[in-house]
Amino acid sequence: MALTAAKRARLSRNIQYLILVAVVVLVASLANWGQIGHAFFNFGFVVEDSTFLPRLVQAFGNTLLYTALGFILGLAGGVFLALLKLSSVAPYRWISTLYIEVFRGLPALLVFIAFGYGIPTAFPGLRLDTYVTVMLALGLVSAAYIAETIRAGLQAVPAGQMEAARSLGMSHSRAMVTIVIPQALRIVLPPLTNEVILLTKDSSLIYLLGLTASQYELSKFGREALNGTDAGLTPLVVAGVCYLIITVPLSLLSRRFETKTARIKK
Amino acid sequence: MTDAPVGPAIQLTGVTKSFGDNEVLRGISLAVNPGDVVCLIGPSGSGKSTLLRCVNLLETPNSGEIVVNGTVVTDPEVDIDGFRRRVGLVFQHFNLFPHLTVLENCVVSQVKVLKRSRAEAVEVAERNLARVGLSDKAAARPAALSGGQQQRVAIARALSMDPELMLFDEPTSALDPETVGDVLAVMRELADAGMTMLVVTHEMGFAREVADRVVFMDGGVVVEEGPAAQVITAPQNPRTQEFLSRVLDPNHVGLDD
Repeated sequence: MALTAAKRARLSRNIQYLILVAVVVLVASLANWGQIGHAFFNFGFVVEDSTFLPRLVQAFGNTLLYTALGFILGLAGGVFLALLKLSSVAPYRWISTLYIEVFRGLPALLVFIAFGYGIPTAFPGLRLDTYVTVMLALGLVSAAYIAETIRAGLQAVPAGQMEAARSLGMSHSRAMVTIVIPQALRIVLPPLTNEVILLTKDSSLIYLLGLTASQYELSKFGREALNGTDAGLTPLVVAGVCYLIITVPLSLLSRRFETKTARIKK
Repeated sequence: MTDAPVGPAIQLTGVTKSFGDNEVLRGISLAVNPGDVVCLIGPSGSGKSTLLRCVNLLETPNSGEIVVNGTVVTDPEVDIDGFRRRVGLVFQHFNLFPHLTVLENCVVSQVKVLKRSRAEAVEVAERNLARVGLSDKAAARPAALSGGQQQRVAIARALSMDPELMLFDEPTSALDPETVGDVLAVMRELADAGMTMLVVTHEMGFAREVADRVVFMDGGVVVEEGPAAQVITAPQNPRTQEFLSRVLDPNHVGLDD
């Protein structure tokens, strides 16, 4: 019997639901829920160890602080690099391209190791404050990504905007500041929010710089907390949830920026 | 002559412009007298928009001289920004600033470039918005307006700088047909008020009725120029005749040429 197009579409959709249910049931029945509960959701130690919560809050704050420090430097550096990349002076463009390609092409892990061990080796007398080192490491890496985002945003503003501003007698820099950059910022807000999310996660790598206990961020804190409890990997689950508390709202914010920008552009 | 006390508002002498191998302007000489309306017509690709953009230095000519009200625009030492604030330019695609309100579009360059006080700039902007019939849209964003309204705002924005002359680059080509009339009415009123205007257009009715002179360009040269009635109604050059017959009576154009 021949099916109509609508019936075929419904049948196909029902089969897809069935496959989904089957996979979930299969995975759930194969997993050992007792062990999962013991290894990942064993929250007894939170009550037993009264220092756990204060230390968690401190680590949470440190993650936010490191991300903020890195983002401030990354944004300033990114704007600077983007302007270099759009410069009419060729060597400026080369320098910017070289920087962006190197720092985007290297794993952040390597850059942090270079900072943690390279700088003390290269400049034995130099003692950088931990927070300054963190800011430099995170900021220099994120500047490369942010530069590309901002360059794309500046170039996404139609050329007619610059022409209109110049035809009204504005200088190039005045037109950039008053007309082009405000529009570019609006375009750039969603991808920039994504940069903050990436940076939040990258901040977990700075344990490589050697931190004291009060400087631990969430990941390092989670791993240290594994010692001395029989709670399995539960501290890591707690740390993971903390990351989501930071990143999911950012993600929602980014989506809101997107719809708002779309409305203004119509 | 350019050194006469009262010379042409715009004087072009032997202007050429190439983009790579593409010679867009091949030696254009042209004069626009103060208070005159001159319409540039011609097929697309004939170089008329490029010529207009050269007058404002949005394109730099390769050779030749452009003098606007005594300022030698083609002099490399010219103060470009100082010169441009005296010349209004209206674009085909309006190029309003989408992040600013209609009023702010007309205010921003008065404050930033002419250093007018905000109160004065708002007053000038409101006067010019009234002139183009859009006082009630002052608080709106450009995206909320029709194309014809946006183009009238663009005219008000240019007028707010109190320009000595106005350049129009196909101001009605991107508009819905029913909004063309409003824009042309504003331009006609400007012409009646004595504004010097150089207009690139395909609106032959406007050219015939409003222009003092019409210049027909094709292939980067001026083919024919003269009083509007003469060039549009009784063109002498065969290329002008063919172009006008295609534009004025597109239903009766043969496919073979």
